[in-house]
Amino acid sequence: MIKFENVGLRYGMGPEVLRDVSFHIPKQSFQFLTGPSGAGKTTLLRLLFMSLRPTRGLITVFGKDMATIEPTELPLLRRRIGVVFQDFRLLDHMTIYENVGLPLRVRGKEESSYQHDVLELLKWVGLGERVHALPPVLSGGEKQRVAIARALIDQPEILLADEPTGNVDTPMARRLLRLFLELNRLGTAVVIATHDLSLMDQVEARRMILSQGQLEIYE
Amino acid sequence: MSETGPIAAKKQPGPARDDPAKGGPVPPATAQRLPGLRTLAPIVPKSGVASQALILVIAIMSFLACVTVGAVSLVNKSASTWQSQIAREATVQIRPSDDLDMDAALEKARVLASEFPGVRGARVISREETVKLLEPWLGSGLGLDELPVPRLVVVTIDEDNPPDFAALRTVIHDAIPNASLDDHRTWVDRLVGMARTMTVIGLCVLALVLSALVLTVIFATRGAMAGNHEIIEVLHFVGAEAGFIARQFQTRFLFSGIWGGVAGGGAATVVFVIVSWWSARNIITPEGEQASAFFGDFSIGYGAYAGVIAVIVMVGALTAMTTRVTVLRALHDIDDRRADPGRLD
Repeated sequence: MIKFENVGLRYGMGPEVLRDVSFHIPKQSFQFLTGPSGAGKTTLLRLLFMSLRPTRGLITVFGKDMATIEPTELPLLRRRIGVVFQDFRLLDHMTIYENVGLPLRVRGKEESSYQHDVLELLKWVGLGERVHALPPVLSGGEKQRVAIARALIDQPEILLADEPTGNVDTPMARRLLRLFLELNRLGTAVVIATHDLSLMDQVEARRMILSQGQLEIYE
Repeated sequence: MSETGPIAAKKQPGPARDDPAKGGPVPPATAQRLPGLRTLAPIVPKSGVASQALILVIAIMSFLACVTVGAVSLVNKSASTWQSQIAREATVQIRPSDDLDMDAALEKARVLASEFPGVRGARVISREETVKLLEPWLGSGLGLDELPVPRLVVVTIDEDNPPDFAALRTVIHDAIPNASLDDHRTWVDRLVGMARTMTVIGLCVLALVLSALVLTVIFATRGAMAGNHEIIEVLHFVGAEAGFIARQFQTRFLFSGIWGGVAGGGAATVVFVIVSWWSARNIITPEGEQASAFFGDFSIGYGAYAGVIAVIVMVGALTAMTTRVTVLRALHDIDDRRADPGRLD
């Protein structure tokens, strides 16, 4: 689904943040991406999401060489990827219901075709009673769950989550993990970037450990 | 929490789940909005200090532009009127002298002028009219016989085929030595020259005001857009196409532009109407007469109102166009950063 071959990336004239990174994310796979702060996890996620291009190496996304993808093709490819940003990136003037429905709205879908799904998903992440709330009045954990729901609403082929449990308590973290596992069981590949060892210990999954710009994979 | 949550439900195949883009049927939009859900908020928020400031700036600049359009139109119209007046009339002036029979001389001058090619008619200014003309300067009860007041014959000119003024002047002067022909050309040429200069200056001012309007609209729109950069990024990352994002902002700012333009243009129109009303009401006062001497009836004319509409349309289009360019540039910038990670430093 997504393949990295000898990928390197540097910002400007600085040192390489990622060096010779090679891996493959197969369909329906589940993996954690971990490593110390500043190891390049977020950078690697941004490469996966095509919001950065590598300085060297080859990245293939859904069978297409990232170097040759036209800008007009990017939105269509991004629709196949769900992303949970570390800083949530919710739109403050929209209710959480509207934020979660946004990906479907930009695809031109009628609200009547998705309102039930959005409400169900919000119930699932524990926000069924707060559909009218605006993001500024939500706690960090609630914002996190809205961001997750928004990433999942259109059943992406791959989900990239940057510290998705960083702002929630342990029971909610477990609940979200179960949500990711269910999503994975139904066919979505999942990549979770996290520091949370206890979260990783709950699941037998591939671990991709970034350290000093290099990637080690433990199957 | 059940193990079969909404995701499982969503993965169930069915016609309503098919993607219309892949040829599947579109789900019928018959479902009612669930109780308690508000109408979807616009993707680009309606209000905000920046957008209100944008409307205000556009309104002020539109007002100035429309007033300038009106002023230029007024001056231009006056210049045309003056030019038309010179083409329409000339005056034969007969100075009194002891041996001159004034009434006979006036009649002779009238006949000579009327028969001259290129003259449509001639009319003697009667004694009463002459007294009335002099009344503002010499007061009422003036006896024309007591003062050596020149008398006038107004000659109406065929504008399409004007007479040879030099020949007419010679004919009249030969027949009546005390008579002289004034074709008003000296004065009106000066007035028309002045009006033309004012029109050119007005057009230059209009060009400057319109340039300032264009730049203000561009910068104010970009300023208002700066606060929306996050919305552009979020839409971009949830897979919105560039055209979709541009359309959302374009529509919102088009309305801001038109609203500001209508406010400014409307205020200018009110000013035009008030000036016309004042002019009509004060036409008989000395101030009104002075104003009408320069500007005719002081009416603004359809050209100015058309100019106001043109300014409003231009402001709306300009705002929408600037918004579109700004959004597309912001998206291009995101793509540039993607292509050149060094720019993130």
